[in-house]
Amino acid sequence: MNKNIFSLFVKPVFLFFIAIVGSVACFAQSQDIEMADTMRSNGKIYVVVAVCLTILVGLFLYMANVDSRLRKLEKEKV
Amino acid sequence: MEVPRLPILNETIRNLYFHVCMWFGMMILFTISFVYSIKYLNTTNYRYDLFAKNFAAMGSMFGILGYATGVLWVSVTWITDQNQSMGSVLKEPKLIGAAIAILIYGAYFVLRGSFTDMDKRARVSAVYNIFAFAMLFPSIWIIPRMVGSLHPGSPGSDSGNPALDRNDMDAGMRAIFYPAVIGWTLLGVWIATLKIRIELLKDKALLND
Repeated sequence: MNKNIFSLFVKPVFLFFIAIVGSVACFAQSQDIEMADTMRSNGKIYVVVAVCLTILVGLFLYMANVDSRLRKLEKEKV
Repeated sequence: MEVPRLPILNETIRNLYFHVCMWFGMMILFTISFVYSIKYLNTTNYRYDLFAKNFAAMGSMFGILGYATGVLWVSVTWITDQNQSMGSVLKEPKLIGAAIAILIYGAYFVLRGSFTDMDKRARVSAVYNIFAFAMLFPSIWIIPRMVGSLHPGSPGSDSGNPALDRNDMDAGMRAIFYPAVIGWTLLGVWIATLKIRIELLKDKALLND
C-alpha cells in the first residue's frame, strides 16, 4: 500500500519537478548565445595567452628535440 | 601596458609582440641562411653549409609558429567578428603566400635528405636555398599586396604597413615591439647556434680544424 502511494503521487511530482528544472536550465542556456566565450572574454586577452603558449610549447618541443640529439651524441662519444 | 583601443582586434593587438616577431625573426634567419649559402658556394667550406642548414631550420620553425599563431588570431577576428566566411579566409593570399614560402623551405630539407654524397648535397642545396630566398619575399610580401587581402597592409584594408602603421601602433607599443623583434631573433640565432655547435662536434674529424 505504502509503495503504491509513492508510485501514484511522489514519483509524478518528482518527475514534474525535474522537468521544470530542466526546462529552466534549457531556457537559461538559450538566453545567452554568445559563443567561444573564453576566447572573447576580457577583450580577447586569452587569444594573446593562447598565442604565447603556442610559441612557448613549440620552442620547448624543438629544444627537447635538440636535447635528445645531443644526448645521442654524448652516448656515442663515451 | 596601455595599447590602442581598436575595434575587432581589442586586446589581440598585443599578439604583435609574438606573431609579427615570429615572421620578422623568420625573415632575418632566412637572410642569414641565404648569406651562408652564398658563402658556401664561394668557398666550398662545409662549415658554411651547416650554418645555412641550421639557420634555415630555425627560420622554418619560426615560420610554422608564426603560421600557427596567425591561425589562432584569424579564428577570433576575421572569421567571426569581421563576418568573413571560411571560404574567403582560405582564399586569403597572405596565408597562401606564407604557406608556399614555408613549403619551399620544407622542400629544401627534403632535397638535403635525398643526397648521400655530402659535397653534392651541400652544393645543390645551397643553390636551392638561394632560389628559395628569392621566392620568399614575393610570396609573403609582394603578391599579397598586389591582390586584395584581409591581412593588414594590403589594398582595400585601411592600414598601411602591417605592424609599422601609425593607426595600429603607438609609441608605447613601438618601444616594446622593436626590442621584441630583436629579442626573438636573437633567441632563434642562439638555438640555431646551439644546433650548429652540436653538429660541428659530431663532424669534428671531418672539419679538421
